[in-house]
Amino acid sequence: MNAVTIAVDLAYLLAAAGFVVALHLMNSPATARKGSRLSWLGMIVAVAAALTSVIHGGTITTTGWIVLSVGGVGGAAAGLVMARRVKMTDVPQVVSIFNAVGGGAAALVAAGDFVRLAGDGGISGRVMIATVLDIIVGPVTFSGSLIAAGKLQGWVSSRPVVFPGARLITAALTVVGVGASCYLLAGHDSIAMLILVVCAALAFGVTMTMPIGGADMPVVVALLNSFTGIAVAIAGFVIDNGGLIIGGALVGASGGILTVLMARAMNRSVISVMLGGFGTGDSGPATGPAAVGAGASIRRISAEDAAIQLAYASKVIIVPGYGLAAAQAQHEAAELAALLQEHATVFFAIHPVAGRMPGHMNVLLAEANVPYTDLKEMDAANPEFPTADVALVVGANDVTNPAARRPGNPVSGMPILNVDQAKSVIVIKRSMGHGYAGIDNELYIDPKTGMFFSDAKSGLAEIIASVKALVAS
Amino acid sequence: MTTSLMSDIYMFVLAILVGYEVITKVPSTLHTPLMSASNAIHGIVIIGAVITASQARTDAGYVLAFVAAFFAGMNVVGGYGLTDRMLQMFRKRPAPPAHDRTKELS
Repeated sequence: MNAVTIAVDLAYLLAAAGFVVALHLMNSPATARKGSRLSWLGMIVAVAAALTSVIHGGTITTTGWIVLSVGGVGGAAAGLVMARRVKMTDVPQVVSIFNAVGGGAAALVAAGDFVRLAGDGGISGRVMIATVLDIIVGPVTFSGSLIAAGKLQGWVSSRPVVFPGARLITAALTVVGVGASCYLLAGHDSIAMLILVVCAALAFGVTMTMPIGGADMPVVVALLNSFTGIAVAIAGFVIDNGGLIIGGALVGASGGILTVLMARAMNRSVISVMLGGFGTGDSGPATGPAAVGAGASIRRISAEDAAIQLAYASKVIIVPGYGLAAAQAQHEAAELAALLQEHATVFFAIHPVAGRMPGHMNVLLAEANVPYTDLKEMDAANPEFPTADVALVVGANDVTNPAARRPGNPVSGMPILNVDQAKSVIVIKRSMGHGYAGIDNELYIDPKTGMFFSDAKSGLAEIIASVKALVAS
Repeated sequence: MTTSLMSDIYMFVLAILVGYEVITKVPSTLHTPLMSASNAIHGIVIIGAVITASQARTDAGYVLAFVAAFFAGMNVVGGYGLTDRMLQMFRKRPAPPAHDRTKELS
């Protein structure tokens, strides 16, 4: 070990420590940005160390430099443009694409190592095991994430795509992939077999993600995030690099935790999400008439009625849901909150699965200038409902259904916001349609609930106008 | 089993445990930026791309290195860019009485 190698290894350690501290700083919105910058600094140190080591080693060819710099700078430019331009509602797709390229890069690093050493029998057992794992996990993450991004963007049907024989294809791909992997693991360094495994894994990623419905995407994106981390850590085993191992492991843990949290908040198991086919819409028409029947006992209100209730309330809790994000009504929600705050206590109660990825709703509201101190998590918000004069539900459904407290229905046991405990409730919703669970929401037939049927964006705009008129008069 | 493999496994397992400890303390308010930040961290795979490029000698090797460098560069820069853009939107109450302002800056 010479001085340069030691310095380079210490730099990797410094970067890894930076990542851990950065993640720690994310425990509060006040320090999170500092953390993100620290993490960026760690990354620069790590890249500088890698370049130093390569220059010092003197092994890189001129073509190697060109390939590295053109590829790296081109990719960086593409990434920067995507990060700058993306609308906040579309963040889940972009995160999914970054997952894809991370997993893809990890598989390519392993494949590059394999291609270099193939033929002369120079691949040790440990490197072979790690390589085989990486050329499976990496491509599955790559194609799976691209399909997930396509579903979120609407380029691929967000309905669960299930066709006869799909399970058979998945099973066949598994057999081919495992067979070819075993051949490689037996010590045959065949590039043809490597390509076969990669292709089987890519196809597997597609067949794995296609049957999963759009509503389950928060779980899937988190799970693929975890896979990418694992793929990067395994690439670290292939090239024996601690920076990759630690960085990848941190992400693997983070994605794993978010996957479990999301699945729990949606009242699903990770296994049932992955098996797919949930919320196919089959249950919609069947229970449709029941919804119309319940329509008899609901109380319809107008924007003016809602405005009067809100204008005279001293404590208002706004419950935003997927419908608010879909209608891009976050700015109207923020404006109404600011307007009501002139005379009342107002905050947002946010369910963990509101939006299209974990915590998405918070980002949308932060973008609309809602201070983070007004964004309350479910556990902090729930004790506040009994003292709230009005709970305003905008485009949220299943996460407010009191039926979740009883056993024996699709939402049983799901953590919910205790909206029904507020003194009165206003629901802005386009129709009496069902949420993803496909059942009636008992909150809507509660006598203290007023239903204002409207699109979230225009409904909120009408209420704002009415409140302003009331305040002015 | 070599010492290097053993120490790699130690690192992997301990990093997962540290990650678990640190990340369970992140509030759900920040889960989207967290996922984006961890996205950026797995951009560390760019080191792998650098090493792959340094060892490439064949056309196949160069192609693999090029695509790896492109993917990793996109991952790193995009990940950090997006995380920072989201986090700068998380503000305290905007109407700024002077004393609140100084608290925020310190």
